[in-house]
Amino acid sequence: MRNLVRRSVRRPWRLAAEVSALLIAAVVAFPLYWMVLSAFKPAGEIESSEPRPWTLSPSLDSFRRVFGQQEFGRYFLNSLVVAVTVVAVSALIAFLAATAVTRFRFRFRTTLLIMFLVAQMVPVEALTIPLFFQMRDFGQLNTLGALILPHIAFSLPFAIWMLRGFVKAVPEALEEAAHIDGASRTRFLWQILFPLVFPGLVATSVFSFISAWNDFLFAKSFIISDTSQSTLPMALLVFYKPDDPDWGGVMAGSTVMTIPVLIFFVLVQRRLVSGLGGAVKD
Amino acid sequence: MTDRPLAVSAPGAAPGAAPGPAPAAGPAVRESPAGNATKAPRPGRRPATGRRSPLARGGWTPWLYLAPALVVIGGLLVYPVYQLGLISFLEYTQAQVSGGEPTSFQGFGNYATLFRDEQFWQVLLATVVFASACVVSTLAVGCALAVLLTRVRAVPRLALMLAALGAWATPAVTGSTVWLLLFDPDFGPVNRALGLGDHSWTYGRYSAFALVLLEVVWCSFPFVMVTVYAGIRAVPSEVLEAASLDGASQWRIWRSVLAPMLRPILVVVTIQSVIWDFKVFTQIYVMTNGGGIAGQNLVLNVYAYQKAFASSQYGLGSAIGVVMLLILLAVTLVYLRLLRRQGEEL
Repeated sequence: MRNLVRRSVRRPWRLAAEVSALLIAAVVAFPLYWMVLSAFKPAGEIESSEPRPWTLSPSLDSFRRVFGQQEFGRYFLNSLVVAVTVVAVSALIAFLAATAVTRFRFRFRTTLLIMFLVAQMVPVEALTIPLFFQMRDFGQLNTLGALILPHIAFSLPFAIWMLRGFVKAVPEALEEAAHIDGASRTRFLWQILFPLVFPGLVATSVFSFISAWNDFLFAKSFIISDTSQSTLPMALLVFYKPDDPDWGGVMAGSTVMTIPVLIFFVLVQRRLVSGLGGAVKD
Repeated sequence: MTDRPLAVSAPGAAPGAAPGPAPAAGPAVRESPAGNATKAPRPGRRPATGRRSPLARGGWTPWLYLAPALVVIGGLLVYPVYQLGLISFLEYTQAQVSGGEPTSFQGFGNYATLFRDEQFWQVLLATVVFASACVVSTLAVGCALAVLLTRVRAVPRLALMLAALGAWATPAVTGSTVWLLLFDPDFGPVNRALGLGDHSWTYGRYSAFALVLLEVVWCSFPFVMVTVYAGIRAVPSEVLEAASLDGASQWRIWRSVLAPMLRPILVVVTIQSVIWDFKVFTQIYVMTNGGGIAGQNLVLNVYAYQKAFASSQYGLGSAIGVVMLLILLAVTLVYLRLLRRQGEEL
């Protein structure tokens, strides 16, 4: 198809399209470039009223300041624990649930599916208030559990809905063959279905990772007294005071916070594109 | 309502022999979304296979598989929604939380307070206008760039794709602070480049909203772009070749072949954008410092947060939450109708 489209686009137009694609890429990447650049600028230069798009004397001062901030490393680790736990647990639970709703026929199956769909629409931010009291009653306030538990619940409906397409795409004949060969249901589930659905799990996990890693509201509302249990977004705000922001510190912290996600995205990039195509085509 | 008719009768149902085998589904099909209309195999849908998969003979197994999901969603999503509704009918402030005073049932008291408050209507209007502007801009940019991606060779495509993934990967808090620095009146490159002097973007109501909108579009168009692009790629090339052999123009191919095939994808990205943009919290909170000067940049989410956690009016905050929930549920219903009209099988 790409061939066809390309052949029918006339040469000057294609050139114009490619130039604009590159320009747009530059504009889209610019904030990230500026973030990294500012993180490496020495203290005086970043607060210059003539900002330059390069720096002649890159410095690690801002990074030192950030990591010198008590417990920044701890915050980073907390964020990682929260995001990885949410991704792993919700992927596992969603896989089982998606298998149930695609591979079995049972009472209330359609009702459940619609429930998952509706659950996606619940504005989780509005649930901060009841969740606050719930976490208090569970004794989870000021612990990472208060960040992990709700995010697992919120990422599940979307994950199940998305994985459904992948599980459906696995031919039932495969199941029959496995059955005839004497594989138990559990064995089929984990040794055949799971690897086949894995690309879908990767695409899904991008969304749960982002939501957990990004979380600002819950960290702000549920981690109120024990700051050692806080996460990166909170650590960043130590440097961002609206009246007098330490821009170097904010940008260094932002860079540190963005890099793990970037690595994750680049790793899953190809699977993400094919995954989204597969999930929504369904 | 039960799904059993489908499972039992599917093997016997020929693709053309439409709704016959599901008498029980009968008249309720139209009205209740929970009942769903896809009980009977329809003409044109995938014909049912002769045998059922061995997994399908489950008994309690599907419920076993579903149990963890149902427990977690029930406990941490459904129950909090119920509680949100409950608190919205209570007088619930610091005094009740600390146990100093008993909670008292208020009926619609919180809602009455809310609806009489002029600021609430102003925030509601701002939320709807702001979120709609975000959705429209995100979709327009995302779709346009997805089309652009199909027209260029590998290198520009990779460049744009990577830049977009970078924007997508940027956490909301970081994105917000970076955009603030870019548009900073004293140290930002944008004002220099545009020759705006020390114009402050966050001071005025509209320019502050515009700045947040730019950031929101920047970090959310990649989802639309990648998804729509993946959708275009998934269209079989034979279809396009056939259309082109029949002498269809490029525009005609887009309008009559691609657009209808992409419709399900467009519905999904639209709805997701609506959901995300109605719930924008971090960007507004960080970029306008908690809702702007004198609350000029509040949206419902931030407003609810301020009411509940800053002034301890949990009942009032919950009522705002319920209003948001209802708005998004209305969107869901529209979504379900769209899916249904397409004959999507659940």
